[in-house]
Amino acid sequence: MAGKAWRSALSQVVGALKNETPQSRTFIRGIQTVTLIPGDGIGPEISNAVMKIFEAAKAPIRWEERNVTAIRGPGGKWMIPPDAKESMDKNKIGLKGPLKTPIAAGHPSMNLLLRKTFDLYANVRPCVSIEGYQTPYTDVNLVTIRENTEGEYSGIEHVIVDGVVQSIKLITEQASKRIAEYAFEYARNNQRASVTAVHKANIMRMSDGLFLRKCREAAEKYKDVKFTEMYLDTVCLNMVQDPTQFDVLVMPNLYGDILSDLCAGLIGGLGVTPSGNIGANGVAIFESVHGTAPDIAGKDLANPTALLLSAVMMLRHMGLHGHAKKIESACFDTIRDRKVLTKDLGGNSKCSEFTEAICQRMKDMD
Amino acid sequence: MAAHSAVLSASKIMNPFWVGRLGNTAKVFGTTLIRHRNKTSLTPPPAKYGGRHTVTLIPGDGIGPELLNHVREVFRFTCVPVDFEMVNVNSALETDDDMNNAITAIRRNGVALKGNIETKHTLPASVKSRNNVLRTSLDLYANVMHCQSLPGVQTRHKNIDIVIIRENTEGEYSSLEHESVSGVVESLKIITRNNSIRIADYAFKLARERGRRRVTAVHKANIMKLGDGLFLQCCREVASGYPDITFDSMIVDNTTMQLVSKPQQFDVMVMPNLYGNVVSNVCAGLVGGPGLVPGANYGRDYAVFETATRNTGKSIAEKNIANPTAMLLASCLMLDHLNLNDYASLIRNAVLTTMNETRLHTADLGGQGTTSEVVQSVMRVIQSKGQFTAEL
Repeated sequence: MAGKAWRSALSQVVGALKNETPQSRTFIRGIQTVTLIPGDGIGPEISNAVMKIFEAAKAPIRWEERNVTAIRGPGGKWMIPPDAKESMDKNKIGLKGPLKTPIAAGHPSMNLLLRKTFDLYANVRPCVSIEGYQTPYTDVNLVTIRENTEGEYSGIEHVIVDGVVQSIKLITEQASKRIAEYAFEYARNNQRASVTAVHKANIMRMSDGLFLRKCREAAEKYKDVKFTEMYLDTVCLNMVQDPTQFDVLVMPNLYGDILSDLCAGLIGGLGVTPSGNIGANGVAIFESVHGTAPDIAGKDLANPTALLLSAVMMLRHMGLHGHAKKIESACFDTIRDRKVLTKDLGGNSKCSEFTEAICQRMKDMD
Repeated sequence: MAAHSAVLSASKIMNPFWVGRLGNTAKVFGTTLIRHRNKTSLTPPPAKYGGRHTVTLIPGDGIGPELLNHVREVFRFTCVPVDFEMVNVNSALETDDDMNNAITAIRRNGVALKGNIETKHTLPASVKSRNNVLRTSLDLYANVMHCQSLPGVQTRHKNIDIVIIRENTEGEYSSLEHESVSGVVESLKIITRNNSIRIADYAFKLARERGRRRVTAVHKANIMKLGDGLFLQCCREVASGYPDITFDSMIVDNTTMQLVSKPQQFDVMVMPNLYGNVVSNVCAGLVGGPGLVPGANYGRDYAVFETATRNTGKSIAEKNIANPTAMLLASCLMLDHLNLNDYASLIRNAVLTTMNETRLHTADLGGQGTTSEVVQSVMRVIQSKGQFTAEL
């Protein structure tokens, strides 16, 4: 009798422990393991730079390096290597460098494979102006949240008759609901005042109309965040005139692609823009969105800022705000100082020197 | 042309009785030949009723009616030989009668000047955007927008001079949507070889006419391999026939990134419908906003002129703060189309003088002027040129 009570009490305690949120998991284990995918080209050297900086910041992160070159699985379907998949499923958080898209290798792009494998439905790109890297636009501080699985990029195309091609844009209720709710959740968690839905529902009445309806419904549930809707062309027009009026933007796939790159251009390009992909089941992969730059690979000339800022985004996602702030300030201060900068930022230092400067700054902070 | 002159010279040595008949045939034959040669400049509709042209006017919603009233005011003042036939379209109605009347009027007159017609979201999804219906019914396949930096307007980027040619009838704006399963909506984007070749041809011809060196095709063929791939292939085919003009292509997201950092690198751009929407709005924003740039929609037989960014401007309607520049410059494009070039230059110079020299700006450019003040200033400049005008 007593044994039964003991066992039920024990199972209750174990159950409570199992249902802990990811944040508290960090506290229990102390050190969080993150899957690191260095990538190709300049990928390995910028990943090394990030690892060095994290070590200097004493961040409680342990890196597990994996390779994601596509392999042919059973049945002839292309998939990512099983050890990489297993590592991601276990750790849930990943950091990825630039991946080469092979032209005639027969398999789809790696980014697409990763997206499909982990159902990465939201692409989040915060765009904040960097002091010290001057662009015609100052005071940019917005976040673009882009639906990443459907929309115009469904890849469904047909040749109806010779000379007539039809591309299908797919909008589903489920995906729109998911991305809308994520956007509001993000706004709430990051103290953002408003969410703007970007659409073209005057032309694409049914598809963008459905997307807009789901956004409106999600807005009802999050009354503390202001909701507005704006046509894509109005957003583009206003974005290049006054980007400070925007906060969080949520949109379907194609508009998201164009607008997120537009915003990246406002702050200085893909070399300084972080990006994160949020998936179902708590999976999140943070990445740098620039290319592999094969011409400067291995020459210690690369700029690790994009990957570093993505890693900072990752720390915030995991709840490690203190370390995130420290690394971010060190990075921005180094750039603002303009003494040690890589070539693309206007200086002529090496990648290792830039990394060293950031590490030194963090040591001075302690 | 050779046939024309041959017939005329033949007519000179022939019997006078036949000369008249053959002369007329030659004139018609010659005109048809000329018409087929110049595809970008259409033969304007014949001036009716004693040398005065008739143009359809569609006020639309928001700031459309007030701006078009100002255009009429300026035309009346400058004694431009154009009469406006006004056709109202009520955007709140579900029926298409208003729109059909407007389209018939444009078919009758050949030229139109319009404001933007609002698409109300409260109407069911089967009611298509009226502006889109107009463009597709009249087959206005080319939307041309010329973005130029104006010296009197403060912008972040200087020396921009881009011509954007956007396919206006198909692509993502085909309005073909259906809900196959509840909760799943499919929208079709159609790209055809004929329309892509037509718009690419238009772009290259226009580039050649205006002495432009480079045409850039904007696309997303890495993702939409068949659709945008076809568009790009058609552009390349047409480009091979114009060896004096450089042709290159750029992916749309890279294009927007380049536009906000280095817009001076672009010359003429040609693209399908949706990317055209994005790029033209970005460029309009770069040169100073929606109140400055005029737009033109050309088809084989008809032409419709409006502001480039097609805004309804509901929030600033009837407050006398809208910028009339875009609509006035659009009316100048219309006068150029009707071969009334002197009037066009006169009004255009007056508008630009007010913009650049007098620096009388409306609120969207950071100034204090009202719409009527700007229009009055334009009319004063016209009067000062010594032209015969009505009373101020």
